[in-house]
Amino acid sequence: MIPAAFEYHRPSELSAVIALLSEHGDEARVVAGGHSLIPMMKLRMAALDHLIDLRDIAELRGIEVGATIRIGAMTTQHELLTHAGLAEAAPILAEAARQIADPQVRYLGTLGGNVANGDPGNDMPGLMQCLDARFTLTGPDGTREVAARDFYEAAYMTAREDDEILVAITFPRPGAGHAYEKQKRKIGDYATAAAAVQLEAADSKVSAASIAMTNLSDVPVWSAAAGAALVGSACGTPAVEAAVAAMLADIDPVEDSRGPVEFKKHVAATVLRRAIARAWSRV
Amino acid sequence: MADKIHLKMTVNGQPVETLAEPRELLIHVLRERLDITGPHIGCETTHCGACTVDLDGKSVKSCTVFAAQADGAEITTVEGIGSPDKLHVLQEMFREHHGLQCGFCTPGMITRAWRLLQENPTPSEEEIRFGMAGNLCRCTGYQNIVKAIMAAATEMNAAKEAAE
Ligand SMILES: Cc1cc2nc3c(=O)[nH]c(=O)nc-3n(C[C@H](O)[C@H](O)[C@H](O)COP(=O)(O)OP(=O)(O)OC[C@H]3O[C@@H](n4cnc5c(N)ncnc54)[C@H](O)[C@@H]3O)c2cc1C
Ligand code: FES
Ligand code: FES
Repeated sequence: MIPAAFEYHRPSELSAVIALLSEHGDEARVVAGGHSLIPMMKLRMAALDHLIDLRDIAELRGIEVGATIRIGAMTTQHELLTHAGLAEAAPILAEAARQIADPQVRYLGTLGGNVANGDPGNDMPGLMQCLDARFTLTGPDGTREVAARDFYEAAYMTAREDDEILVAITFPRPGAGHAYEKQKRKIGDYATAAAAVQLEAADSKVSAASIAMTNLSDVPVWSAAAGAALVGSACGTPAVEAAVAAMLADIDPVEDSRGPVEFKKHVAATVLRRAIARAWSRV
Repeated sequence: MADKIHLKMTVNGQPVETLAEPRELLIHVLRERLDITGPHIGCETTHCGACTVDLDGKSVKSCTVFAAQADGAEITTVEGIGSPDKLHVLQEMFREHHGLQCGFCTPGMITRAWRLLQENPTPSEEEIRFGMAGNLCRCTGYQNIVKAIMAAATEMNAAKEAAE
């Protein structure tokens, strides 16, 4: 399993990365942790002439926790699991990161690579939609922001231009009512279905709810209707079942090795019920 | 074909230099160019963990890292953890608790457990299972691997206390 030949670059400035991307166009790709890209290169499903390593770009690192949370694109899943400030401010990140792959993959796999990749099986895109995150992209024409909820167009197709780099991910500090619930066949498998839920409460009722689902369509699915179905309720059965029904209307799973469509809908409903119950127990 | 590049790294405390094509995976450079055959190739698809090495303080699957990415890195393989006449406690405990049968997964298991016990010297059984989830074994059923790591943690902590 040896990929086709390429030239390796390891610049230390973001501007040098962008210059290389501008020069080589779609013959160049950046590598972060490499744990989505290298397997694809080994299978010769990703072909490139120039591999640009982001590991030495200091601007892509660092975690800042305040009213807004900012996470550098090169932050690894292992760092998400072990960062004390983040564990307190946005515990849903560690809850999700724990359920991604295995320790070795998490030491190298980055948040930026996970959201930029565009694979519907990746867990972080749905979570970022749940948190209403914004992605900061820098390219030859400067820097812009795109909402996670607008970023995903189709499998492996995103709003990022080929010569843009994802620099950081920002989102407002979420409330305590969180849960990331994932069903997978085994360690190291992608989700059959996963649900990210954030709830806020006032007077023992849900005052705000955000729900996003993973691997149930060719893009992550943020279901505004599912969230709306919970608002004003105390998360009793009728409200939860209304949210599940709204979510089922928004997803579009296809049959594959993880099961037929009916099974995936069943699993999607189950993970969402569990995630709502856990998030509500934590508000 | 892309030209070979000159790589420098520290492997098991020794500075090494080699030429390699950028597309060469770290496991292949270690095994074929540097003759370090402790890390094994099980699946070559990032699943089994037999190729696990320690790279700058992280357990990584060396079949999914280009050697070029490891230029300048500090690498530890099972050869750097213990030797036949001076086994590491983990190796002793794997032997004592039958933590291996065919032994193919063992270098990866030891190398991963070595890092795990540095990050968490007093792991629970559940933490060991979570921390070892990237290493597959087709023989033992894991029970004795977990026991061996628990026992190694206890021994290492006792030795540390005695030294203090
Ligand atoms: C065995 C195994 C199991 C896995 N299971 C899961 C799972 O259950 N859930 C899950 O979510 N993931 C899973 N993964 C994927 C893993 O989390 C990847 O590490 C992650 O998807 C990509 O992150 P990376 O840093 O490795 O990115 P890379 O592989 O380096 O890059 C992925 C893509 O994103 C692009 N890219 C990376 N960084 C940037 C950037 N800053 N700006 C622009 N483009 C960029 C690259 O060019 C490439 O196209 C698994 C991987 C393995 C090997
Ligand atoms: S050989 Fe690398 S994970 Fe199996
Ligand atoms: S001892 Fe045979 S694979 Fe683990």
